[in-house]
Amino acid sequence: MYHVLLDVFKLDVKYFWHEDKLPKDLDAIVLPGGFSYGDRLRAGVIAAHSPIIADVKRMADKGMPVLGVCNGFQILVESELLPGVLLKNTSLNFMCRWTELIVENNKTPFTNKFALKERIPIPIANGEGRYYVDKATLAMLKKNNQIVFRYGESVNNSVFDIAGICNKEGNVVGMMPHPERAVEAEINPRDSKPASVIFESLITTVGARK
Amino acid sequence: MFEVQVIIENKPGISDPEGATILNDLVLKGSYSSVKKIRSAKMLRFQISTTNKKTAEETVQKLCNELRIYNPMVSKVTFTVN
Repeated sequence: MYHVLLDVFKLDVKYFWHEDKLPKDLDAIVLPGGFSYGDRLRAGVIAAHSPIIADVKRMADKGMPVLGVCNGFQILVESELLPGVLLKNTSLNFMCRWTELIVENNKTPFTNKFALKERIPIPIANGEGRYYVDKATLAMLKKNNQIVFRYGESVNNSVFDIAGICNKEGNVVGMMPHPERAVEAEINPRDSKPASVIFESLITTVGARK
Repeated sequence: MFEVQVIIENKPGISDPEGATILNDLVLKGSYSSVKKIRSAKMLRFQISTTNKKTAEETVQKLCNELRIYNPMVSKVTFTVN
């Protein structure tokens, strides 16, 4: 993620240690994928209590664009910045494959350059990626246009094939697939253009070039 | 010192692939056809030093809610004090 933001999109990007405070002059926050605390208890729940998350919440409440990918998405739901939960895949296996996303909301800071229903070839790689919400919450997500991405096929029994959602305000977006693994032609056997639009949308939102 | 057991499991109606696999691929293949359902769960044992059982249970309940030891969207949680 760092490499993609820095080298591909030429953004001024910094790492922050999870016990640090965040500076006030940020334009956006990205919680990358990977693993935190070995998924102990549940993926993302322990990292959701890291000191830096208090700052992420404060900035998210003020409208800052926040993107969580994979474990970053799990941390966003476990810190209650986003509704729902990510359960173990039905297969109980780690899943690593290519799939396709459909853009369902093109009003977020990370999707505003997409056409509605545009398709994005993208890899997914997770063990706990099955998105779940109860019926009432699903109805609320639909009503508030909080479903950002759906899978183009049923990959893991996620409720309503949801792959990514946003908060009510739309500035906090979480997604299980990995856009940062899809934006370079060298490692994308299909089409690296659509996934790039996630980051190009962010650049349009914040106007930030190095 | 008391021990509070916390059992965390998926709510009824939410699939439990681990329980289903144990049932279908182990128990039923072992010819125990009388078994109809298996649900898996996670159990945490808290050893806690409080003056009485009631406070022990209440403290563990409070911390489980506050620290999201279980996810209220999907989990059912049972507390037992010994």
